[in-house]
Amino acid sequence: MPFKVRLDKPWRPLTVEEATRLPGQLGVYQIADAAGTILYIGQAGGRSPFGLRSELQREANERGTGQQFRVEVNQQYRSRWFELLMVHKADHGSLPADNEKNPPPNLGRLSPA
Amino acid sequence: MRATEDAQMDFEPSEEQQMLIDQVRRFVREEIIPLEAGLDPDASELDPADHARLVEKTKAMGLFGIDIPKEYGGPDIDIVTRVLLAIEMAQHRAGLYVPCYGTFGGAGLAQIFEANADQKERYLYPTLRGEKKAFFGLTEPSGGSDPARAIQTRAERKDNGWVLNGAKIFISNADRAQYGIVFARTDASKGRAGITCFIIDSDTPGFHVRRVVHTLRSSHYATELEFKDCWVSDHQVLGEVNKGFAVANDRLTRQRIPYAAGCIGVAIAAHEMAIEWCKMRSTFGEKLANRQAVQWMLVDNEIDIRTARHFTLEAAEKARRGLPFKIEASIAKLTASEGGGRVVDRSMQIHGGMGMTKDLPLERWYREMRIRRVGEGPSEVQRMVIAREILGSNLR
Repeated sequence: MPFKVRLDKPWRPLTVEEATRLPGQLGVYQIADAAGTILYIGQAGGRSPFGLRSELQREANERGTGQQFRVEVNQQYRSRWFELLMVHKADHGSLPADNEKNPPPNLGRLSPA
Repeated sequence: MRATEDAQMDFEPSEEQQMLIDQVRRFVREEIIPLEAGLDPDASELDPADHARLVEKTKAMGLFGIDIPKEYGGPDIDIVTRVLLAIEMAQHRAGLYVPCYGTFGGAGLAQIFEANADQKERYLYPTLRGEKKAFFGLTEPSGGSDPARAIQTRAERKDNGWVLNGAKIFISNADRAQYGIVFARTDASKGRAGITCFIIDSDTPGFHVRRVVHTLRSSHYATELEFKDCWVSDHQVLGEVNKGFAVANDRLTRQRIPYAAGCIGVAIAAHEMAIEWCKMRSTFGEKLANRQAVQWMLVDNEIDIRTARHFTLEAAEKARRGLPFKIEASIAKLTASEGGGRVVDRSMQIHGGMGMTKDLPLERWYREMRIRRVGEGPSEVQRMVIAREILGSNLR
């Protein structure tokens, strides 16, 4: 049984304190504005010093207040990241605004049911 | 490798082959591995600028498009030499599935060389120019090891063409490709003689890439496809109606040789790491290299590698001579994928905890090598192919 293609966990406030509670594991994450519009889909890969925790701490420091995040622990962080990007593009017609600035080369296309 | 037309085969590289091997080995060590150090451990692609720069280098080396036949502009390198070079190209972190990150180019799908003149204009030549990418759509949710019987995707005659309905799974690159080769059942009463091969453009209405299939390979993924009233004209039939299985089968046999070569390359790289490590690492006041338990692991690595190399070069040499090589290709695929897996596993064991980390490439090779025992025909199918040849082809 395939797992859900879209992340649907509740949003959490993007702050350094909240990010510090995250596990140091590998995975993917989404960042949204206060209204829930997804701004960025990221990955905590094998070179992240403390996985999701350090990636989200960095995001909180760089982005400031007023944004939200959610994460998924996933050893297949890379293929899952590609999947989330493709699903977002299929759902909204474009990548999230901050991914659009530096899109991955050769991103594929999905038409999820 | 020097080979006479008699039964003798000498598996030592010729002087010319050794020069090419050295050239590729330098390229891997001086160009690929340093760039790889800055990538995510599961990355499968270089920065586009680095990729373009390295492609220019492989072109200057005269080795770009190494798998393209000479008559289509390839560098005219025989299959034995290509195997020797493929072993070298795989010796880096991403090397098992993305040797040298594709900087030596590719020939696309072997079947498309069988296309008619019109299809070659529309698909083969753009692929060779790097303008189009393709996928190979054979395996279905109903099974992959026995495609002749498992294929349930149907193609039915309609309006001077065919309507496809069905699903495919574990298909690589379908989300990025401009077209694919898809096998469908055109005569339900004829078993393997009722399968036809179609060329499907990715923008054909009714063709859908439904989802990503996540596997042990985080670096890459497969996809699941759906064909829903997907109409294509007769011009999209590759080869003859109801003769598609021969097209698929020929590809599966040929593909086993380079598939084995990649496994050998990674096994060599893992083995060399283990040798270096056990000369350096001490436990309880003794180098690992001085411990018999470790020495025996290294010996078993060496035997697995030499065995796989011998059988793979034998298969390639028979293919080069135009002799039947089906059984040899199966033996090569079997020994290289199973032996390669054992070599990586032992090399991890010798490295201890460090072997399990993403700091080293061993854990990625371990995951990806496991897939090789299933991909391109699982070990059990290879054994079945070999058994049929030994016992007679009427075994069903």
